Amino acid sequence: MTISRDDVAHLGRLARLELSEAELDHYAGQLDVILQSVARISEVTAGDIPPMSHPVPMVNVFREDVVRPSLSRDEVLAGAPAAEDDRFRVPRILDEE
Amino acid sequence: MSDLIRQPAAVLAAAIASREVTAVEVTQAHLDRITTVDEQVHAFLHVTTESALAQARSVDLRIAAGEQLGPLAGVPLALKDVLAMKGEPTTAGSRILEGWRPPYDSTVVERLRAADIVILGKTNMDEFAMGSSTEHSAYGPTHNPWDLDRIPGGSGGGSAAALAAFEAPLAIGTDTGGSIRQPASVTGTVGVKPTYGGVSRYGQIALASSLDQPGPCARTVLDTALLHAAIGGHDPMDSTSIDAPVPGVVEAARRADVQGMRIGVVKELGGDGYQAGVAQRYAEALEVLQGLGAEIVEVSCPHMEYALGAYYLILPSEASSNLARFDGMRYGLRAGDDGQRSVEQVMSITREAGFGSEVKRRIILGTYALSSGYYDAYYAQAQRIRTLITRDFDAAFAKVDVLVSPTAPTTAFRLGEKLDDPIAMYLNDVATIPVNLAGICAMSLPVGLAPEDGLPVGFQIMAPAMADERLYLAGAALEAALVDEWGHHLIEEAPAL
Repeated sequence: MTISRDDVAHLGRLARLELSEAELDHYAGQLDVILQSVARISEVTAGDIPPMSHPVPMVNVFREDVVRPSLSRDEVLAGAPAAEDDRFRVPRILDEE
Repeated sequence: MSDLIRQPAAVLAAAIASREVTAVEVTQAHLDRITTVDEQVHAFLHVTTESALAQARSVDLRIAAGEQLGPLAGVPLALKDVLAMKGEPTTAGSRILEGWRPPYDSTVVERLRAADIVILGKTNMDEFAMGSSTEHSAYGPTHNPWDLDRIPGGSGGGSAAALAAFEAPLAIGTDTGGSIRQPASVTGTVGVKPTYGGVSRYGQIALASSLDQPGPCARTVLDTALLHAAIGGHDPMDSTSIDAPVPGVVEAARRADVQGMRIGVVKELGGDGYQAGVAQRYAEALEVLQGLGAEIVEVSCPHMEYALGAYYLILPSEASSNLARFDGMRYGLRAGDDGQRSVEQVMSITREAGFGSEVKRRIILGTYALSSGYYDAYYAQAQRIRTLITRDFDAAFAKVDVLVSPTAPTTAFRLGEKLDDPIAMYLNDVATIPVNLAGICAMSLPVGLAPEDGLPVGFQIMAPAMADERLYLAGAALEAALVDEWGHHLIEEAPAL
């Protein structure tokens, strides 16, 4: 398994990373080396072993459905890069046409 | 009381409670120390001078009024910059959060405040806790107080260096694959990764949620236990928090007893790839434990050799998902918003500008491991290995009370030495990672200096989930025997700066 520049560019698009040309070369080489070293885990025959997503076996931890104080709108918007009319201001989401 | 900065937290707390010294004097002594040495060490990203002194004044007033405060009241602490502290800069070592001030306290900070522990500031770290040297901080590296040309470990290098440089007697770290224990190992300090779910993650900026765990750091085992007790316990704000009392860590640290304890040496964690001086001090520490009445047996955990591979698939996968929240829309950096570009373009430009190289590397790796066609071969297989490693631990703990290994394969390496070689950097955590995968608890404590370079060597003790007290029982016994032998704590041999 080798990772090409195009693969890295595709992964960058999936992860919303605008990678530079130099980064594409750099990461393609490094990811190859990293993947080769982690690929050793495929040596282990583990088809019948249940996968473990989490160290503590617990499901559906609920709390009472009661109203509690929360952050004020001003506190939340204070950290925003841009705000307008008590809302987050974001770049355009729809295409022009 | 003389030399306030060199005292253990337990001693300072007693002196403050008996009004031999004020909390303000203790806090000021540490703030002065930071002013004197932190230009060289760079343990802190932000010092909270005003709020620290205000907290200390409040402690002094209440003690003067006859109030009984907690066992660490008035003692200063260094907080890793990955934990939210209301109104104070919290960057996780990243440019993407530069200037952000959290609108709320993490549970750890809330509990520190409730215990009247004085927060001195936020400590440096590898960006989003990805790294083993603190060189991946966007704000420049931290230097190891034992040798300023060397790394202080990572990701919690700032917290460990603050302890070793006598800038604080207590610190908070977070440990996803060794980020508390490996820095403790290379700075001659003590650090504990509690059982997963033992300390709340609420308000910790997430790296890999199934592995992350905040924990206590200090210069002595007892101080570490006191801090562990202050921050531990159930938190309804963290759905993975264990609903059970904190294990009796303080009592265990005071009892310090390994008589009749069965200690398992993990065969697979040691030997090839471990520095000679590390192996030597480790072997000597085992003899000390045996001399104290412990029974040393060798145990095999055959899947440990696959832990690093499994970890470097599980961690990037979870991280690539967790870090999706840094999109430049609600907080933190936004770049490239010229009024023309689309939201997706702005997100991509923001993340490109705001993340450093190691973070991008892991996001790409995680995205790859989770993408269709590779998921089963990589992520699902890594999760199966995780099950096998957990079963290895279960089988071992059926035979012994605790397991031990060197904490890290080497002493502190030089700044820059492994920066361009991710695999070499990842190998630092080969002995600490299995603990996170299984969710059990572990401690690193200093057991001497490696003869070849004069740098600290760490000894790792591992115990089953929710048996954290065993770490302190064994760790405090070993520490007491070594201090007896040396005539002082190892940290006393650190350079003066």
